[in-house]
Amino acid sequence: MHNNSSDLIVVDQLSKYYRVANKQPGFKGTLKHFFDRKTSDVPAVTDISFKISPGEVVGFLGANGAGKTTLLKMMCGLIHPSTGFVDVGGFSPQRRQTAFLKEITLVMGQKQQLIWDLPPMDSLYVNAAVYGLSDHEAKVRINELAEMLELGEELTRPVRKLSLGQRMKSEILASLLHKPSVLFLDEPTLGLDVNAQARVRSFLSEYNKRTGATILLTSHYMADITALCPRVICIHKGKLFYDGDLDSLANSLSPSREVKVELKNPCASEQFKKYGEIQDLNDRFVCLLVSRDKLTDVVSNLLTDFDIIDLEISDPPIDQLIGELFIKGEVN
Amino acid sequence: MHRYFKTIRLFWSTAFASQLEYQLNFLIELIAMVGTLLGSVFILSLFFTGGRQLGDWTWESALVIQGVYTFLDGLTNALLRPNLTEIVNYVREGTLDYVLLKPIDSQFWLSVKKFSFAGLPEIILGLSIVFWAAIQSGSTFSSYSLFVFIISLLIGFIILYSVWFLIAASSIWFVKTWNATEVLRALLAAGRYPISAYPVILRFIFTLVLPVAFLTTFPAEAILGELKFNILFFGLILSSLFFIFSRLFWKFALKHYTSASS
Repeated sequence: MHNNSSDLIVVDQLSKYYRVANKQPGFKGTLKHFFDRKTSDVPAVTDISFKISPGEVVGFLGANGAGKTTLLKMMCGLIHPSTGFVDVGGFSPQRRQTAFLKEITLVMGQKQQLIWDLPPMDSLYVNAAVYGLSDHEAKVRINELAEMLELGEELTRPVRKLSLGQRMKSEILASLLHKPSVLFLDEPTLGLDVNAQARVRSFLSEYNKRTGATILLTSHYMADITALCPRVICIHKGKLFYDGDLDSLANSLSPSREVKVELKNPCASEQFKKYGEIQDLNDRFVCLLVSRDKLTDVVSNLLTDFDIIDLEISDPPIDQLIGELFIKGEVN
Repeated sequence: MHRYFKTIRLFWSTAFASQLEYQLNFLIELIAMVGTLLGSVFILSLFFTGGRQLGDWTWESALVIQGVYTFLDGLTNALLRPNLTEIVNYVREGTLDYVLLKPIDSQFWLSVKKFSFAGLPEIILGLSIVFWAAIQSGSTFSSYSLFVFIISLLIGFIILYSVWFLIAASSIWFVKTWNATEVLRALLAAGRYPISAYPVILRFIFTLVLPVAFLTTFPAEAILGELKFNILFFGLILSSLFFIFSRLFWKFALKHYTSASS
């Protein structure tokens, strides 16, 4: 596999199997499990290939257990692939060479690296020493990032006294001290409130613009993906099933639009069947899925046939679409 | 190298700051430490009232062994225990991932991240006892015997560290290393008494299989000017082998971790 100079990350036919022991319930099963362990290989990631250029922001989508985290960890060198090939900036991640580790960083939303009982500042200087930054370099870098992240006094308060949002921003600061050019973010906004999520997002987007760093992120929150990632890679049951820009994903997922109608008088559901697929019907409110090509006809018919107070047309929400996609298991 | 020294300095200053963060807890630790010290001194005083010989050791020289034991116990409390019992948590909480992605040796990080200052007085007491008892038993120090003493202490510490690290590293498979650390405390405690005070078969085991003799008896012999050169030489080789094995074992354990974790 030749690594084209325009690609920063090349993943080729990557697979990871976990060997899992199966235990039957009960005492007999326990004995059997102890003496004669039956194992089977469970695929976590199967035959995934893609390429990422420098400076891209790519979102990884998938249900819980789809293989996103395994994939991310193979790219940062924490998990050895079973078969296939990964190359990140000319390095083989699993060797974890110093030069490679200085170029990357990993932020995990549910795990923290800051020392719990001390202010973030103490942990920051430890990290700076580990990466071989001088005190002066560290200071300049901390000030710069603190300003971007809107962190001030929080950095000198014990981590245990910080809010989740402040703590997450401090974690991000700690993981960016050494100016990494590739950022791996695993659920960086997990558990944060809407405002804190938005601040993390706007920081990441600004960081990407300012430094040209490549960002790969997984998230449960569609808002993270729609706000940050022009490109998404969808993974379902360990397999890649969509890689492309978010807009065309939405289009190919939903050839139809949502029409919400508020009626003057309640009507029976039968009356709406001919217009489109009924999503929701509640007293005077009706929500229909109508294919794009029939949209104008349906709307004019609705207006003539019923007494309508309000009418609204929109795209179905993207997370609902993705959810349906995972259930169906393929893109149209 | 400079980077590693600076990192240790910051590790330990943050460890000190963490311990000061909870004032009451720090106070309790201080009290516990005084208690431990008193306990050690009490056991030592039993030696004085006994008045008989242990093995072929007079009991001033047996006291030197107690001193070396106290010193190693202090070092264990200050460095080995806080760090190596923490490895289990790194594995269980998954924060080992962060350590592995730092451009620094992971065994180094896990072995020196913390330092418990409550172990320091014991270290100082141990050394004081060693020198006091050595003088009492009529030893005259030469720069040579001091040098050999330091080397043999180092040998003892490296062996203890390596065995402890091996057991702690196995938490990658077992996640809980139950009371393995208690086994090691018992091992160290066996070194409270001169190796020749034990029956021949135990003497053999403690020298070659579980090298307890290297922990306390040999350093004590060194300061008393009685350590044979070939034992020192053997100790150097043995401790290097233990240390190398602990590193290889850690690499092997990590290979398992990185191919099994998620």
